Amino acid sequence: MAKNKPRRFYDYSLLFSVIFLTAFGLVMIYSESSYSAQIKYGDASYFMMRQLKIAAVGLVLAVVISKLDYHWYARFAMLAYLLSYVLMIAVSLIGREVNGKKRWLGVGGASFQPTEFVKIALIVMIAVMITSMGSRISTWKGIIRVFVFTLPIAGIVAANNLSSGIIICGMAFVMVFVASKKSLPFYACGAAGLAAIFLAEPVAAVIDNLHLLKDYQMARIHVWLDPEAYALDGGYQVLQGLYAIGSGGLFGKGLGESIQKMGFVPEAQNDMIFSIICEELGLFGAVSVILIFLFMIYRFMLIAGNAPDLFGAMIVVGVMAHIAIQVILNIAVVTNTIPNTGITLPFISYGGTSVLFLMVEIGMVLSVSNQIRLEKQG
Amino acid sequence: MRTSHRAKTAVLCLLLCLCMAGLMGRLAYLMIWRAEEYSEKAEDLHQRERTIKAARGRILDANGVVLAANRTVCTVSVIYSQVTDREHVIRVLAEELEMEEETVRRRVEKRSSREIVRTNVDKAVGDRIREYHLDGVKVDEDYRRDYPYGELASKVLGFTGGDNQGIIGLEVQYDSVLKGTNGTILTMADAAGVEIENAFEDRIEPVAGNDLRVSLDVNIQKYAQQAAEETMERKGAKKVSVIIMNLKDGAILAMANVPEFDLNDPFTLNLENAGALSASEKQDQLNQMWRNPAINDTYEPGSTAKIITAAAALEAGVVSLEDTFSCPGFRIVEDRKIRCHKVGGHGTETFLEGVMNSCNPVFIDVGQRLGIDRYCQYFEQFGLKKKTGIDLPGEAGTIMHRKENMGLVELATVSFGQSFQITPIQLIATAASIVNGGRRVTPHFGVEVISADGANVRRLSYPAGERIISEETSAAMRQVLESVVSEGGGKKAAIEGYRIGGKTATSEKLPRSLKKYISSFIGFVPADDPQVIALITIDEPQGVYYGGTIAAPVIADIFRNILPYLGMEQSELSVD
Repeated sequence: MAKNKPRRFYDYSLLFSVIFLTAFGLVMIYSESSYSAQIKYGDASYFMMRQLKIAAVGLVLAVVISKLDYHWYARFAMLAYLLSYVLMIAVSLIGREVNGKKRWLGVGGASFQPTEFVKIALIVMIAVMITSMGSRISTWKGIIRVFVFTLPIAGIVAANNLSSGIIICGMAFVMVFVASKKSLPFYACGAAGLAAIFLAEPVAAVIDNLHLLKDYQMARIHVWLDPEAYALDGGYQVLQGLYAIGSGGLFGKGLGESIQKMGFVPEAQNDMIFSIICEELGLFGAVSVILIFLFMIYRFMLIAGNAPDLFGAMIVVGVMAHIAIQVILNIAVVTNTIPNTGITLPFISYGGTSVLFLMVEIGMVLSVSNQIRLEKQG
Repeated sequence: MRTSHRAKTAVLCLLLCLCMAGLMGRLAYLMIWRAEEYSEKAEDLHQRERTIKAARGRILDANGVVLAANRTVCTVSVIYSQVTDREHVIRVLAEELEMEEETVRRRVEKRSSREIVRTNVDKAVGDRIREYHLDGVKVDEDYRRDYPYGELASKVLGFTGGDNQGIIGLEVQYDSVLKGTNGTILTMADAAGVEIENAFEDRIEPVAGNDLRVSLDVNIQKYAQQAAEETMERKGAKKVSVIIMNLKDGAILAMANVPEFDLNDPFTLNLENAGALSASEKQDQLNQMWRNPAINDTYEPGSTAKIITAAAALEAGVVSLEDTFSCPGFRIVEDRKIRCHKVGGHGTETFLEGVMNSCNPVFIDVGQRLGIDRYCQYFEQFGLKKKTGIDLPGEAGTIMHRKENMGLVELATVSFGQSFQITPIQLIATAASIVNGGRRVTPHFGVEVISADGANVRRLSYPAGERIISEETSAAMRQVLESVVSEGGGKKAAIEGYRIGGKTATSEKLPRSLKKYISSFIGFVPADDPQVIALITIDEPQGVYYGGTIAAPVIADIFRNILPYLGMEQSELSVD
């Protein structure tokens, strides 16, 4: 490698925006959780310190992975895919229960959420499949083949954690969309999804009449449409988020000044962190955060467009889809644009597994970027 | 990488941008257009209202002596999570509050957001505890009603409950005047309701209640109460009430109802076996103890009601003072033989003599001359059917035959004060109206409402009295009643140097077979231009029970002591 080494691109902009977001996330986690951490653990920085350690490990891991050739781990794709099944089955059998949900798998002293692993495994797996299919991905048969691989694992994940299942399906959808020459069916699907949101009320009424959804799922839809009327059925959390957002105004109350975080917004450092960002930093701060995510997406697009091969491009598109979907869904939930479902805000929400695997994904993208040969050298 | 992929990636990126833009739009909508609504709701949620008690107005006597005021007391509490040196706190509190260390320890070590260690702590002690600057120990000030004279006029003044609200007496009647408006402190609190330190505070200052000046005079009240107590003890009576009133305007100078109770400790029964009572029995007993019999209870007035019959008969012109009657010791009305108290009869007597002798047959005859219709008409005209309108809660109404149910027998008994019931306050108000020139007075306590800073004074007014009898009849009644004291059954009320009018009574309590009595005397002074009227009722005296013998001298004694104080000098003794 040392001999005749060509000059290669390395996307520092992406790396630094990730570092910035993570650091910003740590500040917000401290702000959100210091009050409840002080009460619960007697240490205001309890949550922040935990997140800081994992993020630091993740960052080192990302840099290491970014220096590897991404083709190297393509050969583990099938293995990882199968391991996903094993982990998902294991978690439903021997998983650790937190807040009544079996989502954690203990490994030694530590524990993690296997759904996060499944996301990476699937990105690599689909990328490998699309690459090997070549032009057949533009045929219905090819498209269906990808979904045949995706849907079973997505189903198992969804049974465990509905929102992760949705994210996995969304990722596969986006990757196939980019790879395939077909366009119309995808736009049609997208349009149908949007229509469902705008026509929510009549649709909900129809679903209600047909008894398609379970009661608690139906309750979530009611809450979404009218959180104040269904405050006791779960509207409380949504409403508290809205109060937080609404009381932020243009420039917010100032960092650390949120009152909603004092037990009103439940677990403010997790899924609902964005509402507290709105309260403390205002519309200005909230839009800034979204713009940084948009900048990341822009960098992903550039890397995907310049990737040396389809496999690299597909990995970047997969990661982009993952992060973008999570950001959009999280903010949509917090602003009560869609029904409530637990999705974390990438890099910012508190959660060790999430930040660790996101860092791995960023490492993969950076490694793709690192394979781009700069024109002068080429 | 093929161009189609590049194009698709660009399209994807564009779509994601659109989504994000949509969300930014949604955020802008929530944070600008609905900001006000949500902030307000959030504020409501965070704010905790703490009440600052308004100082309750004082009650002052006619001369400005304080009858009811506020004392500052402290509540000492601990906040578990804020206490740093638990042992020190326990030691200091146990010592300063003079409590068992164990009790204090239990409260200090209890895991609660706020634990009260002791209430009603003296302000001085509270201030001392504050001086220690103990972490997590809170000393809150509060007002407590304080009655400097304890038992004085307890049933009139009344007392207040935990929320500073009046429970009985003037404290209830003038509650809205006295209580003021509570202030609030708005503080921010977290979801568990714990106040957030240094958070924005909004404060609405309390408005102190108004002072109430009443017509009671501490000196007169003290004397009346003392006289009533002595009488109760000497006669072994159940209760004794004394009312002293300004007879021109109805202002009450004293109202004693012994046994009184301690206003500073109104929930302790003044009975000996109080411990053995059940909760509801205890409440009944407390209600009995707080009851003001001068206003809340009716009784058969007996002979004092002859004032009413006499005034009605003189006003109607059916009798003159010189008309003669004969009393054989009884009178037969229809089929009933009604006895006079003098078994042998008074023989031939004028109407004036009949009043002086309190002769029942005379009043039966006069009543019959009036007839049922006219008697009832005067009864109503004198204001006896209505309540007096005194400014105390719970005034009892009159119990009287309905006109259509009245026969001659009923008329006869009513004429000398039996078979109907009125309250003592009704009796004294009516008697006052009859002798004061003939205008009805409204008995009352409240004189002035004075704002806390003294800047605003509002005089309380009472309805101008209607004329119930003519000046002439009133003058005649004064003359008649003066004769009762100077020469008749009320002799023992006479005081040298004063012209006193009055009427005695000995009422049988129902059922009459029990042979229990209420002895009473109503007297006014001076008889030619009356200023003050007084009524004493002695409930169930032991031994001698004649009003003229046991009630009249008490009023004489009270008058002897208070008249000079009221500026009514003894006239030069006429040498007989």
